[in-house]
Amino acid sequence: MSTTATQTAPPTRSRKRGPKSLNAGQGRRGVLLVTPTLILLAVVIMYPLVRAVIMSFQKDSGLDPATGMFSEGGFAGTQNYQHWLLQQCAAAGGTTQPCPPGTLGSQFYDALFVTLFFTVVTVFFEIGLGLWFATIMNRTFKGRGLVRAAILIPWAIPTAVTAKLWFFIFAYEGIANKLLGGVGIKPLLWTGDAWPARFAVIIADVWKTTPFMALLILAGLQLISSDVYEAAQIDGASKWQTFTRITLPLIKVPLMVAILFRTLDVLRIYDLPAILTNGGGGSGHATTTLSILVINQIRAGFNSASALSTLVFLLIAFVAFIFVRFLGADVVQRPPGKEAAKRRWFRRQPVAAEGE
Amino acid sequence: MAHRRTTRRALTALVGVAALSFTAACGGGGSNTSSSSGGSQQGADSRGPITFVTGKDNSGVWPPTIDKWNKAHPNEKVTLKEQSDNADQQHDDIVQHMQAKDASYDIVTVDVIWTPEFAAKGWLVPLEGKFALDTSKLLKAPVTAATYNGKLYAAPFASDGGMLYYRKDLVPNPPKTLDEMWKMCDIAKKNNMDCYAGQFAKYEGLTVNATEAINTFGGKVVDDKGKAAVDSPEARKGLQMLADHYKNGDIPKQGITYQEEQGRQSFEAGKLLFLRNWPYVYSLASTEASSKVKGKFAVAPLPGVSGPGASTLGGHSEAISVYSKHKATAFDFLKFIEEDAQQKFFMEKGSLAPVVEAIYSDPALVKKAPYLPTLLTSIQNAVPRPVTPFYPSVTKAIQDNSYAAMKGEKSVDQAVKDMQSAIQSASQG
Repeated sequence: MSTTATQTAPPTRSRKRGPKSLNAGQGRRGVLLVTPTLILLAVVIMYPLVRAVIMSFQKDSGLDPATGMFSEGGFAGTQNYQHWLLQQCAAAGGTTQPCPPGTLGSQFYDALFVTLFFTVVTVFFEIGLGLWFATIMNRTFKGRGLVRAAILIPWAIPTAVTAKLWFFIFAYEGIANKLLGGVGIKPLLWTGDAWPARFAVIIADVWKTTPFMALLILAGLQLISSDVYEAAQIDGASKWQTFTRITLPLIKVPLMVAILFRTLDVLRIYDLPAILTNGGGGSGHATTTLSILVINQIRAGFNSASALSTLVFLLIAFVAFIFVRFLGADVVQRPPGKEAAKRRWFRRQPVAAEGE
Repeated sequence: MAHRRTTRRALTALVGVAALSFTAACGGGGSNTSSSSGGSQQGADSRGPITFVTGKDNSGVWPPTIDKWNKAHPNEKVTLKEQSDNADQQHDDIVQHMQAKDASYDIVTVDVIWTPEFAAKGWLVPLEGKFALDTSKLLKAPVTAATYNGKLYAAPFASDGGMLYYRKDLVPNPPKTLDEMWKMCDIAKKNNMDCYAGQFAKYEGLTVNATEAINTFGGKVVDDKGKAAVDSPEARKGLQMLADHYKNGDIPKQGITYQEEQGRQSFEAGKLLFLRNWPYVYSLASTEASSKVKGKFAVAPLPGVSGPGASTLGGHSEAISVYSKHKATAFDFLKFIEEDAQQKFFMEKGSLAPVVEAIYSDPALVKKAPYLPTLLTSIQNAVPRPVTPFYPSVTKAIQDNSYAAMKGEKSVDQAVKDMQSAIQSASQG
């Protein structure tokens, strides 16, 4: 250690020191330094989370018929979970019945489907468009700065504004129906019918978040050395081969991170459909996502809402887990030759994450 | 290898935090429904400064009113606290402060539909005994809406009722009954206009319009005890009417996306013959530069089966929090806002429908707002929305099922049955 220190210049030394293992004293100091953060996290994240789980096992307060006042519900067991998962709604005499249409309970599986549908479709389109936009932004041409700025604008607009914007576009006498009329299609009830409403949300969401995808992919593209492409050209690779054999593998990690964040984001989407369609369409709840359902339920009963949000949390955690496993497994399978390039990528991930 | 592990761990942590923030955001509200009415007597005789909480005061009626009070009561000053202008946020804000037993919310402004919920949670002081409010001069409907379980829990502050806006240049005599109105749709067809619109998008406005139809035919959503009572032939007739006239185009196809504003825009653009809307449209339609119907429209009471229809009641009341420390002052302030002078001022300055019946015939006011007599008829025939502490679930049941029935996605018969069992299920808690 000391010999290395004397041999190398000071700046390099300090950089080299970082990853080396710490001694006992440093470790203790480390724990001490991290403690405030851990306490803060425990207070702001663990407490509400644990509280929500505890609440989800409590009954919602019921009306005491004698006084007309609400009284504490008491312990519920897994009743709140059964309510959502098995569609058991309260009926007269303390028994249960299948949730009748028009109750929030009856909308659980529809909301689950809609949420997953939004996730798959929007992320699919965002990957496609994001890759395309990133490739455009990565080229050198006149006015590139302008194009980059233009592509980023939708991402810079607050979601509430975006939603209101598209609300006007999709109004019955809005521009969307005018354009459809131009090609001879009858005006659609964008916020009234089930599938138009769903696609209204999808279109607005893709429009809004493709720039985020493109930005992360662009960051990946810019770090690919042009040598690799030149070598490919010399070897006579076609454009498609260059894309699938060089570009895609090299941007895979930032791409996966972008997909992961987008997926988690869409799974808990609330603001856009809430403002654009108010969760409506079709028979009344065609665009009600799980988060909208949670918010609606909060007004009708906290404890049942806690059970629902715990279920949503488990769903999101499960999806996240699959992604991380998938990403992690991918690192092992890499041939050793590409490990160096790979390592560089991983170190950049947190930076990309902060952009969210 | 070690590197791989840390990377994965870092990523897991990141993902974990992202996912956790979801539940954390949703689990925030604690449940506290202690029905301790013991607090209601605490501070009953006590006087002192109080805080008056209301939704965003867009018409600016409160600062002058409160100034007037403060000048007369220097030791019992009222402070204004404005909330957001979104009704759901106002509701949630009150809920949070009540759960925290916050003594700084002395008087809260409650929408007519929240009174039973807050009363049943034991958050509002019943206006009886020492706090008995004289309601003899007030309109009946707003008082009924502020009553829960036979007790008055809030002092009506402003009322609201629906009216029928019609084109007097095309329809010389406004329709008195629904049948008459639907027959006049031929006039709309001849002029290439839409016939009738209300608020049929899926939101609170749909509850208003659907219950209006149900009540007009003599149906009820819940009975006096708050039990579901919508499964009746009368309620079916009401919904069937909406479904039939949506199907035959009297209510335009896009009518199912209309809230108050879209209907108003269509009416002002001269594309609509009849519009069910609130009083606020009157001055906008007669003054806005973009309005093409200036001087061409008038208002009539909502048509019913054989006379005026049953409007749904809107409006706000003022209630005293059980956690208030100066309840005597708070009660005096409630009496103050029920006085004719204040009620007149609210109407003049903010176009807020008075709750004192006599004011509707004040010549000076009627000259300024010619719709007042019509509005009085509307409010006199108004039926409060279902008075139930489970209002959020009840309105949901009405909205979803009447929306599906109007669009023909389910039969009216099925919709009414589903509405009934959904309301029953909701009030089981």
